[in-house]
Amino acid sequence: MGHDDHDHGNDHHHHDHDHDHEHSELSETALRVRALESLLVEKGYVDPAALDELIETYETRVGPRNGAKVVAKAWANPDYLDWLRKDATAAIADLGFIGRQGEHMVALENTPDTHNMVVCTLCSCYPWPVLGLPPVWYKSPPYRSRAVSDPRGVLEEFGVYLPETTSVRVWDSTAEVRYLVIPQRPKGTDGWSEEDLANLVTRNSMIGTGLALDPAKVKR
Amino acid sequence: MNGAQDLGGQHGFGPIDHDEDKEPVFHHEWEKRAFAMTLAMGFLGQWNIDKSRHARESMPPAKYLSSSYYQIWTEGLIRLMLDAGLVVPGEVHIGHKEVTPRDLHREPVHAHEVAGFLSRGGPANRDIADKPRFAIGDRVTAIRMNPTHHTRLPRYLRGCPGEIVLHHGGHVFPDTNAHGLGENPQHLYTVRFAARDVWGDQANPNDFVHADLWESYLAAA
Repeated sequence: MGHDDHDHGNDHHHHDHDHDHEHSELSETALRVRALESLLVEKGYVDPAALDELIETYETRVGPRNGAKVVAKAWANPDYLDWLRKDATAAIADLGFIGRQGEHMVALENTPDTHNMVVCTLCSCYPWPVLGLPPVWYKSPPYRSRAVSDPRGVLEEFGVYLPETTSVRVWDSTAEVRYLVIPQRPKGTDGWSEEDLANLVTRNSMIGTGLALDPAKVKR
Repeated sequence: MNGAQDLGGQHGFGPIDHDEDKEPVFHHEWEKRAFAMTLAMGFLGQWNIDKSRHARESMPPAKYLSSSYYQIWTEGLIRLMLDAGLVVPGEVHIGHKEVTPRDLHREPVHAHEVAGFLSRGGPANRDIADKPRFAIGDRVTAIRMNPTHHTRLPRYLRGCPGEIVLHHGGHVFPDTNAHGLGENPQHLYTVRFAARDVWGDQANPNDFVHADLWESYLAAA
């Protein structure tokens, strides 16, 4: 079943010494989750192979490279951008990115005057088909609490400094609508292929806590 | 409910820990299993997404804020299964069956079915006969309310004036759907609030915050 619960504490360092003498909160959680899986399998509610399939899907097949393809296509193809503006769900589905937590998509275009940033203050709503599962910080209280009240302070923590005159627009995902930020296309990328353009698109640039990469710093 | 989940505008949680290098999708093996069990059990159709969210946010605030994300999911899943009569507390504790499983009239979701469940997703839009009360450009006010039940109108927006910027048609109403009281779809709108109307003069006059709000959360301004 792929169980290997070598989890001790909040850090990501590995401690190889005697597991039995450690009772951190997280290892208790690991035991609780393991007991739960045993129970659900025994009761016939869960097939462990289906769990493996779910994990593999989100570890290897669904992630921010999907969204980067959407953004690169929008940068390269004005008709596609227009479609994204009118019906983002259909335009994104056209690239094969559909389903759970992406059923109702809206694309938000950043411009020289407008910067969009997405949050879910109430839980962790995030556009899975295009960005995969959210990073820990997106789901955690520091971001969820301040993204709406102090977006410029939050952006500075991410190294993004915007002029006072830029309109910062925060989108709190309180329903089943999911937002994808289309970052500004960097200057100096005329004639780039969609594939090369996609390499400039970071996950954070599609949440709105980052910008697209500087083309001078990316290998083509 | 005014639970710990309603975080918008709170202070004191410290800096955002965002610079982990090559952040993995999951940080512990148990997180993978907790995530996958939550989805696989959800596929069985014994509850809905609103009920799931309510199960998580019903955790006592001190516990919610001191738990990791997938710990919250795990406890939420256990609560849903207890409520649905799929498990009893003793079983959860020992990890073995003590009572005969409730017959769900289907097998567990198998690996070959996963892709289908994920690509179907769970669309929340519904056709409704009611005409929308608001149009794009209308001025509205988010109502003041403090329900003890599930709601998706965050506290920081209650009482604030805003403007309708998008209309999404009918969507399942979480406040009833979370409690087994029906989908009762309502028109859903994206409402734009001037940051100064929400936070006062300390906000930049060029800034806005938006939320997706159901018609009954809104009054004409």
